[in-house]
Amino acid sequence: MKAIVAVKRVVDFNVRVHVKADGSGVETANVKMSMNPFDEIAVEEAIRLKESGQIEEIIAVSLGSAQCQETIRTALAMGADRGIHVQSNAELQPLAVAKLLKVIIDRENADLVILGKQAIDDDSNQTGQMLAALLGWSQATFASKIVIGDRSADVTREVDDGLETIRVKLPSVFTTDLRLNEPRYASLPNIMKAKKKMIDVIDAAETGIDVAPRLATLKVIDPPRRQAGVRVASAAELVEKLHIEAKVI
Amino acid sequence: MSCLVIVEHNNANLKSVTLNTVAAATAIGGDIDLLVVGAGCASAVDIAAKISGVSKVLVADSEEYAHQLPEDVAPLVVRLADAYSHILAPADTFGKNLMPRIAAFMDVQQISDISAVISDDTFERPVYAGNAIATVCSSDTLKIITVRTTAFGAVEGENAIAAEIVALPAAGESGLSEFLGTESSVTERPDLAAAKVVVSGGRALASSENFTLLERIADLLGGAVGASRAAVDAGYVPNEFQVGQTGKIVAPQLYIAVGISGAIQHLAGMKDSKVIVAINKDEEAPIFQIADYGLVGDLFEIVPELERELQNLLAQ
Repeated sequence: MKAIVAVKRVVDFNVRVHVKADGSGVETANVKMSMNPFDEIAVEEAIRLKESGQIEEIIAVSLGSAQCQETIRTALAMGADRGIHVQSNAELQPLAVAKLLKVIIDRENADLVILGKQAIDDDSNQTGQMLAALLGWSQATFASKIVIGDRSADVTREVDDGLETIRVKLPSVFTTDLRLNEPRYASLPNIMKAKKKMIDVIDAAETGIDVAPRLATLKVIDPPRRQAGVRVASAAELVEKLHIEAKVI
Repeated sequence: MSCLVIVEHNNANLKSVTLNTVAAATAIGGDIDLLVVGAGCASAVDIAAKISGVSKVLVADSEEYAHQLPEDVAPLVVRLADAYSHILAPADTFGKNLMPRIAAFMDVQQISDISAVISDDTFERPVYAGNAIATVCSSDTLKIITVRTTAFGAVEGENAIAAEIVALPAAGESGLSEFLGTESSVTERPDLAAAKVVVSGGRALASSENFTLLERIADLLGGAVGASRAAVDAGYVPNEFQVGQTGKIVAPQLYIAVGISGAIQHLAGMKDSKVIVAINKDEEAPIFQIADYGLVGDLFEIVPELERELQNLLAQ
């Protein structure tokens, strides 16, 4: 079986983002960029499936500007076999990403796709589900455990009420939740080896997919700031303040 | 304009977030229809038909919808979609799982997690873990939306006359997925996402047993218990307790953060709470920068004291 993992280049999760003064977006120049943390979990899961002999090949796919190749290299250093970079300098929204991924999956005849459940930049949580729909496949979102069987997979999902287990027919699209695994760090020898692995580049324009954004961002502003309040000295003072001043108990 | 709200329910009862989702539909305007998909869901339908402002309740009641799997529900919604300008669901694990599947079938770019309605095509939504608020305008004819339910007050009151109920034929089983089972902690406490008071613990609680300290405070205040990712990762509490960017979003009247340092990802899930209390032994902890009331000290001394003080207050 062949697995595709989708990896997105995002502002690192430790960076405190700043809204641009002109309200057009957040500042991404000179900001540390990394692989979306949920996608690292996706790469790790694919590697574990390969290590246990359940899949033969892992292809890491990233979509966007030339710098996305750095993100693909990270996946290759972790253990993916080769990469595909879908080159585009346009803003790619989840529907367009899902359509472009479908093109790759059809070309590669992949059996399963693993993606992060959401990207920590625009927090949309859409691409995996959209891709499953476009492919006509089952979907197993927010996975915290994946057990691949013969023609199906049993997946435990993190849902609002707790954990839910479903059986999905293969091929399928999986999206990862936090507790699926703990991604490995790439070792130095593997980082060196990854430099020799192949990355195919495909121009998004040549796929014939219309990637024009459907959502126009009119403005981006800071959220209302909370002011730090007061320090209290004891539990007694706290209860008094909550009761008399804040009136919430 | 006409909105279709997908009702979240367990066949017997509605999840309260449905009322907040209807509130978002009300802000958009036009007729509001509800869709209840389930198996043996007559009592959920009855409750839905009384929600204030609802015109019609569409019902697909059939065995294959018992667990409302997206592979089965999405085709059903797609058949209805042409009659609506907006289709909405809550931005929780139910809506997040289902709506993008519908959107892709309809060739629509979904608008996730809206926190305000500016007009019928323009909405606000938080991005970057709530560190920025984007105003987005959709050019799709059909708008498919998930709603940040804490940003919209639940609709109140009942329809004087219950809404018309329309039965739909089932769309058939997809055969793509099946439900095997569920595991959830049984609790008498209110639903975390809708609770008026939330008492959350972090890694500093140091064990599963120590969470009983927080449960006692929550029970005195009629609240729910939450947790940071660190506490869930450490196995102190199950995943459904997690508050944050990728967990549950809460906005209670009172949020008490105990032993939580306040990572950006946690703040994203609770910073819209009305009053925030932080109890932490590290006086530099970032949680204090957004807390209305901060108490520096050892939680294992402070929390039992807090319990006694609350008991005294409640006894008055």
